[in-house]
Amino acid sequence: MKKHLDKDKESNKERSGAQCVIDGLTSAGCEVLFGYPGGAVLDIFNCLYDAPFQFVLSRHEQGAVHMADGFARATGKTGCCLVTSGPGATNAVTGLATANMDGIPMVCISGQVPSAMIGNDAFQEADVVGITRPVTKHNFLVRSVEELPSVIAQAFHIASSGKPGPVVVDIPKDIQRQMTEATIPEAIEMRAYKPHVDFKKEDVHALAALINSSERPVLYVGGGAIAGDASAELLELAHKANIPVCTTLMGIGAFPEDDALALSMLGMHGAVAANYAVDKCDLLISAGARFDDRVTGKISEFAKNAKVVHIDIDRSAIGKSVRCDLGVEGYLKPVLESLIPMVDKADHKEWVDQTQRWKDRFPFAYPGGDDTIMPQFVIEQICAVSGGKATVVTDVGQNQMWAAQHFNYTRPRSFITSGGLGTMGFGLPAAIGAKFACPNDLVVCVTGDGGVQMNFQELVVAVEHKTPVVTVILNNGYLGMVRQWQEMFYDHRYSGVTLGQSKRQRMERIDEGREYLPNFIMLAEAHGACAKRIFKPEEVAPTLKEAFESGKSWVIECIVEPEANVFPMIPPGQAVEAMINRSV
Amino acid sequence: MNNIINCLVENEPGVLARIVSMISGRGYNIQTLNVGPTQDNNVSKMTMVVPGDEHVIEQVVHQLSKQINVIEVVNMTNQRHMNRELILVRVASEDHASRIEIVDLATLFDAKVIAVQEDSVTLQMVGNQERICDFLRLLKPYHVIDISRSGVIAVCRESVDAGFEN
Ligand SMILES: Cc1ncc(C[n+]2csc(CCOP(=O)(O)OP(=O)(O)O)c2C)c(N)n1
Repeated sequence: MKKHLDKDKESNKERSGAQCVIDGLTSAGCEVLFGYPGGAVLDIFNCLYDAPFQFVLSRHEQGAVHMADGFARATGKTGCCLVTSGPGATNAVTGLATANMDGIPMVCISGQVPSAMIGNDAFQEADVVGITRPVTKHNFLVRSVEELPSVIAQAFHIASSGKPGPVVVDIPKDIQRQMTEATIPEAIEMRAYKPHVDFKKEDVHALAALINSSERPVLYVGGGAIAGDASAELLELAHKANIPVCTTLMGIGAFPEDDALALSMLGMHGAVAANYAVDKCDLLISAGARFDDRVTGKISEFAKNAKVVHIDIDRSAIGKSVRCDLGVEGYLKPVLESLIPMVDKADHKEWVDQTQRWKDRFPFAYPGGDDTIMPQFVIEQICAVSGGKATVVTDVGQNQMWAAQHFNYTRPRSFITSGGLGTMGFGLPAAIGAKFACPNDLVVCVTGDGGVQMNFQELVVAVEHKTPVVTVILNNGYLGMVRQWQEMFYDHRYSGVTLGQSKRQRMERIDEGREYLPNFIMLAEAHGACAKRIFKPEEVAPTLKEAFESGKSWVIECIVEPEANVFPMIPPGQAVEAMINRSV
Repeated sequence: MNNIINCLVENEPGVLARIVSMISGRGYNIQTLNVGPTQDNNVSKMTMVVPGDEHVIEQVVHQLSKQINVIEVVNMTNQRHMNRELILVRVASEDHASRIEIVDLATLFDAKVIAVQEDSVTLQMVGNQERICDFLRLLKPYHVIDISRSGVIAVCRESVDAGFEN
């Protein structure tokens, strides 16, 4: 087979722009590139033919970006993806926005129409730099082949430094075809971008003083602790001064939930103990968390008795929504390293005992289901059957919250979820990406019957690459989280949330039927996966065991209690007093 | 309160769009915006007047600083600085008396008459924000037909623009 169509054009030193892309990815350490071809990236695909890294063909560009995202979340490495111009790039937008909200390092290469045609409404033209600007950390429209090697190197540098994020490099087709002698720069020099900040020593002194004089301190840990690889330091700090620790949804795994000081997740669907502790503490130390409204509820009431300290690498996150008595700008790990020796040993006995009583009294609980499977039970069983070792990747909705609540996470990067954007359809492709990153880990995707349909097609990728993922569909026949809000806040008026064929709303004009569509078992099998539908609680553990041990991609459809709700719940914009807890 | 923010950016295509899109995407409001080259060919200076309380302005400054192409952001309002704006304003004056009044007012403000027609006078004035504001207020009783403002520009009295390379 002919390897290079335009081999004759190549001289010794010169490379095409397309080759610069492949070389740039290679030298940045790309192991797996997820992508989808098209007219504007034909030249890159031509060079990809001989690339040293693996290429994974998704079945939709959104899937490719979520896979790159899952790969990045599972490892901390920069995820890589490649899409064509116009519709390819617009399909990638949701994936980029998802990664951007959660600060996930990613480089996305997109093809663009030839430079001379930009702005002419050419075939498959879209202003990708314009469209992706607000949903990326940065983006580039490449203007000459000479700058291409350095732009790619800069893209990786920007994506992975400071607060990480996705970077788009949009490359016109003519530039991919032009030849250049330009090489990858040895050092990246960017005049305006200086991600490295040295924290101020005096800030850390001030923080130590606050901790040493505090009686009821709480650590509030976000995704920044995982991105910043600061788990060991957090554990050391918490143990030295006996500080109870709660995490955000994104911070899950940063602190082992089986530790005596762990209070689990806080916020809207957080643990009672975590929310009480934040409410009653006299010092709240935020470590890499950004005070999302799903965490704080009513801002004026949040941690109202406490001094609030923000530690963050992102200066703009400090004091953005919640008052801040002390801001420490810097990478979490070195900040904690320098903090720990200054912190006095303490037992905070009364306070820790108090939080323990809350934990004992209000665990994450749920009503028994007799003969029906409770969705929470499925999560507990995933934890039990995997010995707590699974990497859990969730979709969005109730399934996500139950997965957060009912599994005991003990290591960073073992819980992967779309927190900031809350993107349905994220779970399955992100799980596949995570499996590519960690082939020896058991990767379980927890998803709903709604969300799984948004990117089901990607299951083929897991099957054909033999990167087995176990997908557990909690089928409640509803867009469950929306149904729950309609039940609680809209007088049970279920509107546009029923997925089964029966009891559809009048305005939908769908005849009463009995079947549930699609048939997930047939669908999964059509994609080459093993599949089983289960109805009874006693089927859960054996089916999980079979799937986990099979080394194959599985879809387990659990027919669960249709109207189970996620509790506790603090209604949006309200304070902890408003917490509803009908768990038992 | 109005704040004057100076922002040094890399002089690259798309940077203006990037800044403006961030500002509008986050719901901040800009009253005036002025962009021009600097003594360094690779650097442009953007000056914007942003209304808002301390918290809003702090966020604007941080969000600007976070942009990859932004070299430095200075809230001039916190510095000893000078600011100027140029305005061109055409005022209706159909009789001799009103023309005299308008020209009188212009003289008091060091504004120049740059064009006179049968039915209007065009004035040019340069001043700081306060003076421009006063001048426009005093012109209110007359019929202002058209006005063009350059937007505020500002420099520090002492050298703090450390973003420049020597
Ligand atoms: C792409 C996208 N569209 C819509 C939503 C709004 N939304 C949030 S949760 C939810 C319901 C999810 O239903 P399902 O996937 O069945 O999961 P469940 O809540 O039942 O576990 C919806 C529609 C979203 N988060 N993402």
